[in-house]
Formats: sequence, structure tokens, C-alpha cells
Amino acid sequence: MQTRSCQVLVVGGGPGGYPAAIRAGQLGLDTIIVDKHGLGGTCLNRGCIPSKAMIHAATEFEHMSEAAKGDRFGISLSEAPKLDMGKLVGWKDGIVSKLTGGVAQLIKAAGAEHIAGWAEFSNAKTCVVTREDGEQVEITAENVILATGSVEVELPFMPFGKSVIGSTQALELTERPDKLVVVGAGYIGLELGIAYRKLGTEVTFIEALDRILPLYDKEITRPITMWLKKHKVDVHLSCKAKGVKEKKGGKAVLEYEDAKGESQSIEADKILVAVGRKACLEGWGLENMGLDMDGKFIRVDDQCRTGMRGVYAIGDVVGEPLLAHKATAQGEMVAEIIAGHRRVHDPVSIAAVCFTEPEVVGVGLTPDEAKERGEEVITGKFPLAASGRYLSMDAGTDGGFVRVTARKDDHVILGIHAVGTHVSELSGEFALAVEMGARLEDIAGTIHVHPTLTEGFAESALTALGHPIHISAPK
Amino acid sequence: MSEYRYKMPDVGEGIVEAEIVEWHVKEGDTVSEDQHVLDVMTDKATVEIPCAVNGTVTRLVGEPGDVIAVGTEIMFIATEGAPPAEDESPAEGKADAPKDKPGSEPEKPAEPAPAAQAPSVAARPAGERPLASPAVRKRALEADIDLGAVPGTGPAGRITHEDLDDFIKSGGRLAARAGGAGAAVRAPRTGVTEEKVIGLRRRISENMSHVQRTVPDIAYVEEIDVTALEDLRQHLNATKADDQPKLTLIPFLVLALTKALPETPQANAHFDGEAMVLTKYDAVHCGIAAATPNGLMVPVIKHAESLDIWQIAAELGRLGKAAKEGKASKDELTGSTITITSLGAVGGLVTTPILNAPETAIIGVNKMQTLPRYNAGGQVVPRKLMNLSSCFDHRIVDGYDAAMLIQRVKGLLENPATLFM
Repeated sequence: MQTRSCQVLVVGGGPGGYPAAIRAGQLGLDTIIVDKHGLGGTCLNRGCIPSKAMIHAATEFEHMSEAAKGDRFGISLSEAPKLDMGKLVGWKDGIVSKLTGGVAQLIKAAGAEHIAGWAEFSNAKTCVVTREDGEQVEITAENVILATGSVEVELPFMPFGKSVIGSTQALELTERPDKLVVVGAGYIGLELGIAYRKLGTEVTFIEALDRILPLYDKEITRPITMWLKKHKVDVHLSCKAKGVKEKKGGKAVLEYEDAKGESQSIEADKILVAVGRKACLEGWGLENMGLDMDGKFIRVDDQCRTGMRGVYAIGDVVGEPLLAHKATAQGEMVAEIIAGHRRVHDPVSIAAVCFTEPEVVGVGLTPDEAKERGEEVITGKFPLAASGRYLSMDAGTDGGFVRVTARKDDHVILGIHAVGTHVSELSGEFALAVEMGARLEDIAGTIHVHPTLTEGFAESALTALGHPIHISAPK
Repeated sequence: MSEYRYKMPDVGEGIVEAEIVEWHVKEGDTVSEDQHVLDVMTDKATVEIPCAVNGTVTRLVGEPGDVIAVGTEIMFIATEGAPPAEDESPAEGKADAPKDKPGSEPEKPAEPAPAAQAPSVAARPAGERPLASPAVRKRALEADIDLGAVPGTGPAGRITHEDLDDFIKSGGRLAARAGGAGAAVRAPRTGVTEEKVIGLRRRISENMSHVQRTVPDIAYVEEIDVTALEDLRQHLNATKADDQPKLTLIPFLVLALTKALPETPQANAHFDGEAMVLTKYDAVHCGIAAATPNGLMVPVIKHAESLDIWQIAAELGRLGKAAKEGKASKDELTGSTITITSLGAVGGLVTTPILNAPETAIIGVNKMQTLPRYNAGGQVVPRKLMNLSSCFDHRIVDGYDAAMLIQRVKGLLENPATLFM
């Protein structure tokens, strides 16, 4: 067996691992990155990017379907659009392979080496990598960065199979299911369920909690609830999935307990289980590394150091929030720490986005969360229906708004939330405002471009200060 | 109003750009024709640029360190005849003159900013995350400072870069560590001065890096017994004519090199490593490294082989003075075939000088001291000793040849009569 040594070994090529390898390479560290399932990880291959492609295509299809039903601002189609799911998935796969190929090149250009294979550790600094062709190489590293990511959670009583699918398979379906039941109305379930609804599938949600998107308050989720209602999507809250019975003809029946404790059942072509993700801890020798755990995640400090000297862990495998951009920030940071820089992971907040219909973006604290922390707050809410740009996007009726939450005494912005068409693109300014410690006056005093959605943020700050321009001042 | 636009002049043959070293005027200054307004640097020489017209400077383009193409408009001058900007006499018409005049009413203190928008700022509770941008947080981390102990003066108590500077300067870091039990006994020196490396210093930096990267050198150090040479030197200085310069040790070394180099011509040469061409010179143009207020400069004694000891000393004195005063011409600063660097007056046992590329040899002079040595009869006697620390381009000069050259120089210096044969 070939043996190798390196200064930095990165395990996992997702949005945490590959930036770590690139940065380590840039810093002149002798770096190897090991990944079996394709560079880019869940994010590029079966998460963020493919789902956004799917959502974009579904939205186009929905618009055309509307035009076929009647006049849509002067545009109409004489017949309904046709959907070829196989081609749609092929288009999505094309985007994915372009991006993953780009990652491979970036790694190479930075001077790091990618080994396609599966690593299994025998101790904290040594692993054996088995390549696709069965050839093995033993790697001993001075520093190890664990970036193994997370996988979808399966419900033990209804494992993934023919009818029961996870988010990965939901992005691979070459035939559109006529009827889809989604178990879990968190952001993954909602994004995919809404996309399928736009493609014409009949969709029903079964959610164990009493609300959708439990991380956000009801004010934020109301426009999504409105959309679901308008598009005849049933949402059964406080219901627990109990099991699945396969039926002849490919259909399946989901049995669940409703809010009153009564047994119910619902038939579907596919049942999408989207009840969360868990750290990927199995099959790569974690048990041989002697690391401290934090529940189902690897325990790390604010420099992503594990209990073992020279072993770092980043991204989903170290716990919430399970977000690609958090993993990337940690990956870059760890590479710099190994290179001798002084760094610490200390964001004020990490923005999160849901590509639902309409979209949701949140940075920092909601008003309720701020109050729980003992803050006295003021808020400013600006309805996007008062934005010219918003109306020109035909989005004026979806209930979208921008809401800013600030401390009452010094006007420091504690949180910013928005819901509405394309508001995900506002996340950058929101994050910057919170990270820089902006006050309401800083945002109100920054000239925002007309006509853009960003004006909504300035107006929300003005609203909180009591003098908005494009709506009546709150009394 | 007429405006004169002053362009970056062509300061030498084939020069397409020049680096601004220093402006001697600022916006608002009145300038007159031929007034020295700007220093620019090309190749090795700093050139003083005079103004062409009378007038008032309205705008300057480019800061020290900027490299600007010849022909670029760099100075805008409102020429005389233009209406004065204010009803003051031209002599007082500097735009940046202080506004307060003696006898004028004291200015009222500025009105406080309207309070309507400014929220009252309560002191933040202890333990709350300090308000600071990511850049400030990173700096604090690198400087090992707990931002929680730093008072913020920005909006809402935000900690600014300046707050961090002040905190460090005031020794707050130690005080904070001691739990606020009192200020540090002595303020720690944590000041950091960032300086743009420009002009001559930039040339030196670039040249040194280039040589160190590209030339594998060999250093060779030898002890020279200069007892006899010192006796001769002191005798010559005591008996010299009034119009003859005082002799230091360097002219003797120059003389020795002119005698020894013909036998090792590859050490009196230029080597172009890219073209693989070695140019050996019969003439000895001896560069003398000189510390000047602006940094290292190397004026050159041309055709040292044609000069006697007094002429070498006189030329050395003249060039050294010109370099220190920044008046050495480009011709006087270029063309050396070998270089002498002397830190002997300061002290130091050994140096490893960096070659003055493309030359292949540099001779370093270390301090002279009286030390005990055995004589031929085995008795300990006081001798005046001095090291020569030399470096050679090892691609061209083999260690053996380097040693032979220095041994010949040693022989000449230890038997000073041979210098004059």
C-alpha cells in the first residue's frame, strides 16, 4: 500500500472542505482533500444548487401555465406548457457538473491535491483512503480537517425506498408524481413541495409541530401560508407520521395521527420525508480518533478545534446552523489557523434563506427572540406592495415585507427579516448591517438605489424611526 | 481664469515614467517660475523639477510613491491675472491660511447636533457582546485585546479602529488584564508605523531582493594585519601638503584592488545571468557604498587604476559629499565594476555584503582593532588587525579564485611598499 504524508488533510469536499483545501493551498500548506461522492458535497450535488435549479424551472413552468389559463399582463399561451422531467433533471445535472468541475480546477490551481476515495481513520492523524478502483493509500497528516457534512434523517418506521423518498431522490425524479405527500414543513420540505406544486403536482404537508417553518415567527410565515392556501396545498399541522403501506400500481398510503390523536391516512405517488439532517459520523473511523462529542455532533471550540490537538472539524458535522456558508467561513478560518494566523469564528449572526414561495430571509434576532434576551426593541415593517420595483415584478399581492428589529435605546439593529419575491438577494446587506453594528440611522442614511427591493430595507429603518416616505407614518 | 497644466516632464532619455518622491508645494500654495516644486525618481537618480510659471497651485495629482507616465498632467496652476479667490492680498492668499485672525471675534463653539435623531445611549450591561465591525474584532484578536474592556466612541458605543488605537496607547491592555486594578506602571510600546516604501528605498529593496533571489554567493573573510599600513598612513597624513586630502584606509584598499584585480578579471566584471554573458573590464570603476540621509547610495570612482593615492582620496571625498547632499549625478552613481562597502568605522567583526548586481564581487571592510598576535619569535605583540569580508557571485567566481584575490590584496596591504611599485 502506498503511503503519503501531508501538512493538511481535508476529509469531505463540500462547501466546508473545499474552501479549506483551497485556502490551505493558497497559504502554501501541503494539502490533500479526500472526497468520494463528488466535490461540492451535498450543497452542489444534491442540496442548495440542484434545488434552486429545480425551483427556478418550476417557477417558469408555473408562469407559463398561468399564461395558458388566461391573459397574464397581455401575455397568453394557446396551450398548456409541456413538462419533460427527464430533461429538466438533465439540465440541472449539467449545472451541477459545471460547478463541481470548477471546484476541482480551483483546488488544483491553489496547489492542493484531490484524491477521489473514501477515508477511514485508524487514529486521529492517519487514515487509509480506498479509491474507486480499490487501490489504497495510507495518509498521515500533521493536521486533519473533518468536513464530513450531514445526511438526511430517515424515519425508522418508513425507510427510504420506492415510494418513500428523501430530498436527494426528490431532485432526481424523472417522472412528475401526480400526488406528493411531504412529511415535514421545514425549509427543505417546503422548498421542494412548493416546487412540485408549481410543476402541477398535488401536494400535501404533514407537520408534527403546530406551525410551518418553526424557526420563524408567524408574521414571517404568513405569506407562505397564504400561497399554500391559494394553490390548494393542504397543510396538516400537529400530525405525526406513523407508517407507510405500499399499494399495487406504485402508490403508497401514509398513515398518520392527526391533531386530535385520531388515525388518518392519505394516498400518494411519492412520500417525501424531510424531517431534518444529521451529522455524518459513520463509516470513516470516527470511533478510532478519540474525539469529544456534543450530542450527535463533534464538539469544537470557537476555532473549530476538537479535543484532539491538530484535528479540526467544520460545517454540518459540528452542529447548528447546518448552512453551507457557515461551513465555508469555518473552512477558510481553520486553514488560516493552521498556517499560524490568529482567527476565531465569531459572527454576530449567520443569515439564513428559504427559497420558498415567497422567499424568506432572516438575519439576527426576531422581535420575540430579542425580548426573550431582555432587550427592549422597536421594529419597522415595510410592506413591499408599496415598492414600485415589487409591483413591476408582479409580486405586489404576495404579502411580502421587510422588518427590522432594533434596540430601543441606541437603535442598534438586532435582526432583519424579510419575506417576498427574490428577497434572498437582500441577505448580503442585512448581514453586513448586523455584522458592522449598524444603527437604524446608518441604514436610513445610506442612499438605496431606486428602483430596487433594497429600498424596502431603508424604508423599514425609516419606519422604525417613525418617518417612512412611501407608507403612512405609524401612529 | 487661466489654468496652466503642468505635465510630468521627460527627465531623461528613454524614460517613460517616473516615481513621485516628494511634493514641495501643496494645493493653495503660490508658486513662482523655477521654484523647486517636485522631486521625482528615475532609475537611480532623483531629479528636482522646477515650476514653469507663476501662479497658485489648484490641484496636485499623485502621491509620493505613485509611478506616473511622462506627459501625465500632475499639477494645475491658476496663473497670475486670474481673479484672486478671496479679497486678501496675494501675499496672504494661501487657501490653507488659518481662518482665525488676531483680533477677530472668537468663534462660537459648534452647536451640538440636533438631539431629535440621536438616541440616548445607556451604558451596555457587562457581558454583552461589544459592538464592533469584523475588521476591528480581527485586529483586537490579533493584538490579544478583549474588546469588552475597550470604551467605544462610535454611534451606540461602537468600538472604532481609533478607539482600539487609543486603548493600546494608553496601556489599557495591561490595566484590563489586571482587572482594572490600576494603570500599568509604564505604558507598553505597541505603536506600529506603517510606511510606504518609495523612492530610493524602494529601489534598494527591489535590487536587494533580486540579487538575493538570483545570485548564489560565496562569502570569504580574512584577517589583514594593517600595522605597517597604519604607520604609513599616519606618516603621510602628518607630512601631507595642505592641499592634499586626508587619507583614510579606503584609498589604500582601492589601490590594492587596482593592482590585484587584473589577475582575477572575473571579479571585476558584470554578469548577465539571463543572457549568460560575462563582461570583464580592464578599467577599475570602484563603487563606494555610502550611507546617505535617504539610504544607501554607491558613488563610483571612475578609472581608479589611473589615479594615485591622493587623487583617489580626493575623488572619494568629493563623491561622498555629493551623495550625502543628494547632488551626485546619474553618471557618478552608475558604471561601477566592483564595490567596496565599509562599516569599519561603526564597528563589526564580519559582514556578508550583498552584491551590487550585475557586479561579481563586493569587498567589505570591518573595524580595525589592536589585538595580541604571536610574532615570528613566538612572542605576543600588539598588532593592528582588520577583517575584509567579501562576497562573490559563485556562478562566476570560484572559491579558489576569490581566496587568491583576497590573499593578493592582503599581501599588498600588509606590505604597503608594494602598493606603490
